[in-house]
Amino acid sequence: MTINQSGWRPTAPEAGAASGDTYTGNRALMLEEALLFEIGDTDTTGVDFAEAPASESRLGGLERNRTIGLAGLSEPEAVRHYTRLSRQNYAIDLGLFPLGSCTMKHNPRLNEKVARMPGFADIHPLQPVDTVQGALELIHRLAGWLVELTGMHSVAMSPKAGAHGELCGLLAIRSALEARGDAREVILVPESAHGTNPATAAFAGYRVESIPATARGRVDFDALKARLGPDVAAVMITNPNTCGLFEPDMVEISRAVHEAGGLVYCDGANFNAIVGRVRPGDLGIDAMHINLHKTFSTPHGGGGPGSGPVVFSEALTPFAPLPFVEKQGDHFALVEEETAGEHHGSSFGRMVAFHGQMGMFTRALAYIMSHGADGLRQVSEDAVLNANYILRRLDDLLDAPFGDSGPCMHEALFSDKGFAGGLTTLDLAKGLIDEGFHPMTMYFPLVVHGAMLIEPTETESKAALDQFIGAIRSVAERAKAGDRSLKAAPVHAPRRRLDETLAARKPVLVWKESPQAEAAE
Amino acid sequence: MRYLPLAGSDRQDMLRAVGASSIDDLFVDVPEAARLRDKIAGLPDHLSEMAVERELARLSRRNLVAGEVPFFLGCGAYRHHIPASVDHLIQRGEFLTSYTPYQPEIAQGTLQALFEFQTQVARLYGCEVANASMYDGSTACWEAIGMARRITRRGKAVLSSGLHPHYVSVAATMARFTGDVLDTRVPELTAETDLPSLIDAIDDDTSCVVVQYPDILGRIADLGALAEACHAKNALLIAVVTEPVALGAIRSPGEMGADIVVGEGQSIGVGLQFGGPYVGLFACSEKLVRQMPGRLTGQTVDSEGKRGFVLTLSTREQHIRREKATSNICTSSVLCALAWTAHMTLLGEKGLRQLAMLNHAKAVAAADRLAKVPGVALVNDSFFNEFTLKLPKEARPAVRAMVDKGVLGGVSLGRLYPEAAGLQNGLVVAVTETVTDEDVEALATALEEVLA
Repeated sequence: MTINQSGWRPTAPEAGAASGDTYTGNRALMLEEALLFEIGDTDTTGVDFAEAPASESRLGGLERNRTIGLAGLSEPEAVRHYTRLSRQNYAIDLGLFPLGSCTMKHNPRLNEKVARMPGFADIHPLQPVDTVQGALELIHRLAGWLVELTGMHSVAMSPKAGAHGELCGLLAIRSALEARGDAREVILVPESAHGTNPATAAFAGYRVESIPATARGRVDFDALKARLGPDVAAVMITNPNTCGLFEPDMVEISRAVHEAGGLVYCDGANFNAIVGRVRPGDLGIDAMHINLHKTFSTPHGGGGPGSGPVVFSEALTPFAPLPFVEKQGDHFALVEEETAGEHHGSSFGRMVAFHGQMGMFTRALAYIMSHGADGLRQVSEDAVLNANYILRRLDDLLDAPFGDSGPCMHEALFSDKGFAGGLTTLDLAKGLIDEGFHPMTMYFPLVVHGAMLIEPTETESKAALDQFIGAIRSVAERAKAGDRSLKAAPVHAPRRRLDETLAARKPVLVWKESPQAEAAE
Repeated sequence: MRYLPLAGSDRQDMLRAVGASSIDDLFVDVPEAARLRDKIAGLPDHLSEMAVERELARLSRRNLVAGEVPFFLGCGAYRHHIPASVDHLIQRGEFLTSYTPYQPEIAQGTLQALFEFQTQVARLYGCEVANASMYDGSTACWEAIGMARRITRRGKAVLSSGLHPHYVSVAATMARFTGDVLDTRVPELTAETDLPSLIDAIDDDTSCVVVQYPDILGRIADLGALAEACHAKNALLIAVVTEPVALGAIRSPGEMGADIVVGEGQSIGVGLQFGGPYVGLFACSEKLVRQMPGRLTGQTVDSEGKRGFVLTLSTREQHIRREKATSNICTSSVLCALAWTAHMTLLGEKGLRQLAMLNHAKAVAAADRLAKVPGVALVNDSFFNEFTLKLPKEARPAVRAMVDKGVLGGVSLGRLYPEAAGLQNGLVVAVTETVTDEDVEALATALEEVLA
């Protein structure tokens, strides 16, 4: 089967009328790229293989007898296809990427280099453990750093991302409570929490109840205390919280939860604000995940892979998942199901095949060693300073709902109060795109109307911050003046505003041959 | 501190601008008792790029690199050749250092690549739709079981003995907390799979049957009758594929009637990496899509009518639905999905079929050669690029002894099933296109010597 027989590389359908001026639909360096299935075909390949030696088939009589429909490209075409696509993406390598609670910091290329060393990249997870001692030592060493930096007792390395880490923490909590014969059913989650918190609690079999925020953007401690009781298993709390503020009552919150027989889970998504200056262990928490793809600079890659190790208090350590690495004399052992029985019998079990995100561990350790204890402290200080600089350079123009309650941590929160003419946070965000910036986090946290959450990170220079501040002031002034032209933004991006309602109402999730093309074959 | 652009004078200027006399003023909300006065004691200070590289290179050399020895390990992670352009493309900063595509106007590169990825996965699996990736095969497998529970409103999952034991463990961990009942079994060293007994295990409480294809011992069985038996009881058939290259040679689970097909994508585009990061693949029929976990990319148009792509059907997801979401997954494995789709594009259907037939032919030749080693028997009648040998003694020490002869000779079933007495002599051998005739000869010789 040939998917596209003409060989013509079409631009996007219906592009002609709208994009106007050029034959191709391209605009100089802004290049349109057709779908793989429109430019490739099933007879083209970009790889060379030796002819398979003739042999009898042992496929159990299940030889494939239908076309799959996988389009191929030659190598030059494939490289061009993905390179052209790449240029339609914004990225931290291109400029400031101020997504709040996402910690889009510079991704050092040393990390990429070391992760690709054959001794890390080309080893199999089931090799005999004495052939992978260096890998186990690396995991053990990173684990040691994470335990020291958080002031906790142990760390589970296998969770694959932040939400998976949350699940790890809650499963340990539930195991610990069940072990003392104290089944509890409710997890309390502040209303400002990231959506993964309630979703994870439900996934772990809990009922979720929401705790309100105060007018100062903190957890309402009185409401929390009033709700504590014998049915509350744990509180999931983000600190610094999603309003960009430290919870000053954190130590008292932990104490109150413990006195009520519950445990404290901390969402560590915002650890970048305090790394090296505050150890979460000193705040009385029992478990916290660390997003290596935030605080420790492993790249986001357009939506993962991440890595979400979970640090535990002494009370939860016996319940941590398998497998984990243990140093036994000079030898690094991998404690799995068969060896766990002897001294780790309370483990809640395995969360994932194999041992976690090794490729992320290598990158994170390279980053941590590069910064060291002194540098990591400077990281949080600069991250917090940059955010406060943005807060104070914008709070005369944009409403900062908690700006009066003191400094922020690593992210600055604004609302859409004062925008005129029906203009919204979305319009400001799209206006920023035209200015060459990725927008901030929009409409989150839910406790602020039209929230705009800006996290610059520590890897921005003052000049970059000043340019961003200038851009956002310019767009914000238009929003406050009711400049309706913002409704059309972005006008300079590869695409204008996309119709998300249409996408959801009539989902087109895979490419299909048009009926005419099929009829022609 | 090469990653920090602020100069000392910048810091002073900025502190003044925010009205702080020192950086400590910005941390006033931290309780006194929790403030660290100085850097954490006992940890090393920052290092130069060269020093870090030197130290990590030292650690890397303490590992035996798969590519440097005759290598035959599989069981859920496979060593294939990845074209150089794949790694180049995923290291383009626009892909590597972008975020989840929440602002579609400036993320069309990732979104279009994911739309193409979804199409490729759906076609390879023989399903109508696929999502934009999960963490890995094992977590995708559990998510599929949860999805079947929501759809059927039943809580018993029947797991084939041929399902990867780590996948079974992950499901068992989760089932303890969700209340699902898992009906599990341990494989036997025989040529026949347990499919007939699975059919007998389906009852009115069964939400799904989970079967791996090819299975953990490498065996291949027609899923058609099992699918019919599931559907007769209104249960779903979930097929798990840990070696996607196999589907270039054998029928897809979707065309045999599987309702949900999930698996590990690592073989295509993603290296071994000691177990992660990998990429979970997840596909199903169109009518089940609203119960699907994970991100979905969909086609739409912009305000000028130009085609474009967005994340869609988000009302299934945690950031909208919170505790009622179909999954808690947020960050998944998009860069690995990009590697997967770029490698698959380079292969194309033609290349994938060639690759698959080359794997199979090499595996057939290797199986025949290894079965001639005295005392060794081939367990499988059917296989793709991985088969199980029954040794005359325990395989685990044999694998260890072969390392001393410079051969990574396979995965012993004792490593995966330490408790199962009947499996201790089993050795699972994977033979991909990276294996040479000399490698097979080296394995045969090493095996003969360690068994002598």
